[in-house]
Amino acid sequence: MRVVGVVACLALGAYATTIILRDPTLHPSILGMLIWFAGALLLHDLVLFPLYAAADRALTLLPTTRVPLVNHVRLPLMGAALTFLVFLPGIIRQGEPVVRGATGLDQEPFLARWLWLCAAMVGVSALVWVVRVTRRSAAGG
Amino acid sequence: MTIRWRSPIRGPWLTSVFGLVLLCALPVVIVTGLLDWVAYGSQPIPADVGFLHLPAFDWPTRPAWLFRLTQGLHVGLGIVLVPVVLAKLWSVIPKLFTALPRNPLKALERLSLIMLVGGILFEIVTGLLNIQYDYVFGFSFYAAHYVGAWVFIAGFVLHVALKLPTMMRSLRSRSFREELRTPLAETRSEPPDELVAPDPDPPTMSRRGALAVVGGGVVLLAGLTLGQTVDALRPTALLLPRGRTAPGDFPVNRTFAASGVSEQAIGAEWRLDLGGVRLTRAELAALPQHTADLPISCVEGWSTQQTWTGVRLRDLAAVAGVDGPSGADVSSVEEGPFARASLTSDQVLHPDSLLALQVNGADLSRDHGFPARIIVPALPGVHCTKWVAAIGFRA
Repeated sequence: MRVVGVVACLALGAYATTIILRDPTLHPSILGMLIWFAGALLLHDLVLFPLYAAADRALTLLPTTRVPLVNHVRLPLMGAALTFLVFLPGIIRQGEPVVRGATGLDQEPFLARWLWLCAAMVGVSALVWVVRVTRRSAAGG
Repeated sequence: MTIRWRSPIRGPWLTSVFGLVLLCALPVVIVTGLLDWVAYGSQPIPADVGFLHLPAFDWPTRPAWLFRLTQGLHVGLGIVLVPVVLAKLWSVIPKLFTALPRNPLKALERLSLIMLVGGILFEIVTGLLNIQYDYVFGFSFYAAHYVGAWVFIAGFVLHVALKLPTMMRSLRSRSFREELRTPLAETRSEPPDELVAPDPDPPTMSRRGALAVVGGGVVLLAGLTLGQTVDALRPTALLLPRGRTAPGDFPVNRTFAASGVSEQAIGAEWRLDLGGVRLTRAELAALPQHTADLPISCVEGWSTQQTWTGVRLRDLAAVAGVDGPSGADVSSVEEGPFARASLTSDQVLHPDSLLALQVNGADLSRDHGFPARIIVPALPGVHCTKWVAAIGFRA
């Protein structure tokens, strides 16, 4: 049963790639598609994961405080990283001629907006930390 | 080299919660994506997909918001699931650093994970780039995203078949409610398992905290995406191209400047060619006019509802002398891949299907397709041809 499932899955995946083989105009793209497929996987597993794991590890260097700082730094960082990755083209202004042709508008505001969003996340997180510290002092002295 | 995994909350229960969310949501993304291929009607891209498509049917015209819904869900859910996918991958990443199994069947199973993980990452990356008009990859988005989808589907179906019992067992291993009541101070590792770190650091986040963080990421992205689709929330899509419009305007799906259409071609010399009958814009405006609120919905997931006024396509068919047309071929003054659209009989005969001359009570701007454009309920925006040159009604 298991063998059948595994073989059927691999066969279906292989058959899917014939969509590209059947259209000669797509042939020049095959290498590019393979590179992007493998690249997405490798970039996540061997670049993105080690980077964010190392960044998270660096949070242990934060000074010890009565209300731990770690999540108050971690969360805005995660928010910044997530929005940066998802909305990267606008933030770094990549592909602007096509954006202009499609929408009639440029990508000028996105970097500043993203920075403001990050600043807001940092600000809220810091504010919550201060409130927690104050409440703990009031409660425990 | 051995890696010391540090997180005390990594374990089969947490993985299974993320897995359950994806198991419920990804089929919606998959089906709405495949429906998009059907919505392109007789001009799907890629054209030849063998048997890898949903059963063929004529894309309906009712409800008018159908494509708005399916494509909005496809793109919107695709975006908001990014944090869940990343969390799921984080939760199982220790497995990546284990040796390839000797058993050939297990080794093949591992290979199928390349289709699963590579597939979803490829779909996310190409999809996100496409909706932001960043074609840095240099190949056909449609073909790549469609093939990538089927590679992913193959891996996904197998993964679910193999892992569903494990997921159910793991979900039952802890009470979800209990977990939501467990604070950081009482957070302990799950029982020993290949995902559970044998020698973890003390926890810095509870399981409920981790779920809240991922949920927060979903909410954040939803808040930044919804404005693509909901006109009243348009500016809240802060970081997306479709969160912006020119002052007083609604989104344009291709500008006049980018179309390559000349001023002359849409000037006083412009005529609508109905095959034998040629009409000026004034003659079109003299025909009975009909007004309808209809969405423009794009494959990139954005949409907008506007009020269109123009001549019903079925009235134009009568002018052309075609009774009960079986369809129509529309062509634009523009040249290029989307300069022609083929409409079905339903799409021509629907009472709200228009050759629009006006939008929101004013003549169409050049960016919106002056002198005349097609607007048909539930039809993908790209087939609502602008700068229409000719309509050939099929008998």
